[in-house]
Amino acid sequence: MSRAGPILVLVAGLFALWYAAAVPMNIREALTAAERDGAAVQPATAVERRDANALGLVLANPGQIPEAWAQDRPRLPAPHQVAGELWQSVVMEEVEGRRGLVRSGSLSNRGLLLHAWITLSATALGFAIGAVAGIALAIGIVHSKTMEKSVMPWAIVSQTVPIVALAPMIVVVLYSVGLQGLLPKAIISAYLSFFPVVVGMVKGLRAPDAMQTDLMRTWDASGWQVLTRLRLPASLPYLFASLKIAVAAALVGAIVGELPVQGGGLGARMLAGSYYGQTAQIWAALLLAAALAAVLVAAIGAMQRLALRRMGGAA
Amino acid sequence: MMNAPIAKTVISARGVDLTFETADGPVHALKGVDLDISKGEFVSFIGPSGCGKTTFLRVVAALETPTAGEVSVNGMSPDDARRARAYGYVFQAAGLYPWRTIGRNISLPLEIMGYPKAERTRRVREVLELVELGGFEKKYPWQLSGGMQQRASIARALAFDAEILLMDEPFGALDEIVRDRLNEELLRLWAATGKTTLFVTHSIPEAVYLSTKIVVMSPRPGRISDVIDSPLPPERPLDIRDSPEFIEIAHRVREGLRAGHEEV
Repeated sequence: MSRAGPILVLVAGLFALWYAAAVPMNIREALTAAERDGAAVQPATAVERRDANALGLVLANPGQIPEAWAQDRPRLPAPHQVAGELWQSVVMEEVEGRRGLVRSGSLSNRGLLLHAWITLSATALGFAIGAVAGIALAIGIVHSKTMEKSVMPWAIVSQTVPIVALAPMIVVVLYSVGLQGLLPKAIISAYLSFFPVVVGMVKGLRAPDAMQTDLMRTWDASGWQVLTRLRLPASLPYLFASLKIAVAAALVGAIVGELPVQGGGLGARMLAGSYYGQTAQIWAALLLAAALAAVLVAAIGAMQRLALRRMGGAA
Repeated sequence: MMNAPIAKTVISARGVDLTFETADGPVHALKGVDLDISKGEFVSFIGPSGCGKTTFLRVVAALETPTAGEVSVNGMSPDDARRARAYGYVFQAAGLYPWRTIGRNISLPLEIMGYPKAERTRRVREVLELVELGGFEKKYPWQLSGGMQQRASIARALAFDAEILLMDEPFGALDEIVRDRLNEELLRLWAATGKTTLFVTHSIPEAVYLSTKIVVMSPRPGRISDVIDSPLPPERPLDIRDSPEFIEIAHRVREGLRAGHEEV
């Protein structure tokens, strides 16, 4: 575990930076609150402080620094505030909350777990659709010049349109044909995740060299046999690399899809947090989304190791 | 000898031309190639790079189509012969699939050709014994040396028991010691199976040691400059390479190569 030391130092550095940044970010609110409580602050009135430099305010009122880390609605919550919010909304809400798991038998819609679950379902469905569509398109592109010329440009263009602009359109259009709930979010998610799979799989399916395809030709192998015996197994390392990107993109898609839908999910929590100035809630949802992404990528990584071990280990 | 059986012609080429169109103008890979190969012969193709020896092998295998002339393999067009699985092809690189064991690599052409499972197992074991790789069935390619990998690829070409074996510099990437051993083994294999073998090389000793017939080729345009029928006996220990007959044939091959070179 000789690598643990440097990693810990780096993480500690990041937390130190976070704490340091939170001070000038929140100093105005901290001073306003202190003034209201009758403490002496420099400068004395909010009007005077309005145009003052945030760092100057910190230097003039070093005694208020701990207050900057303890605001109710900070601009930038300190790490321990985010951790507290996570603890409250993930654990305490389910254990002690009126609508929590312990009292109601189902996950509380005020806790983060339910929302994480909603996001995860949309991500998983969207990722599955995106991966299957991506693999199918890649097989088409590799086998047909026409497909390559007609599909690839559109696939690239599709990724240049900002998804936040497109997501509400997809939701509205699908709603008008009677689709709502999980599926629209999954489709937005699939929209983002199919692309890396297409690009990776096209490269992977073309990985076998001319000698390998010649060899197949000498055995008079059919196109299907070349695909299943040669191209697909040869493409697996490429597939897993692109699946890792795709699953992260699928999560982003699901979260963006939750913004216009408002049917719960981490995206909805982030939006609600920004409506009500609950920055700690936004950060908690953000961290949970990041953790979810890490778990999903790790799961793909585990599948990859399993598959490659079954395929001869050293390959 | 009286009433010697007239050897059956397996491969016949008449006036074969092959021109590749490239950005720098046409490249004459083969020009006016005439050749007959009888059943059971071991024919080496030797010549410098660009003399068309590999191209000729690929024409026989229907991996290239000649621009003019006639080629017949087993009395068929090369493409029909390919569909009839008339030949096994061994490339310079072993080209084993890293995700398949040696046994399953050799079984691959059998799977593709639709052999039943029991038959596949039997044949895989048989050819592995033939190339002296018995017991390596469950190993992965990376666990084998380069020479062993190439033996496995020869076993793969033998597995479906085609009458013709096409070998394109199969030992080109191996060191000389391994190469000598494999040459000896190949000769034994050829004697045991009686397969008509076409063997591309640019090693003179290898060509002379292995062949019943040596085809010397020269480049620009790729053509045959000499065909030498070897008087060496079928039984060839490695030290036959020090015999006067061997040295004489090697000399003639070298002369042929030099002549082809001077014409350019």
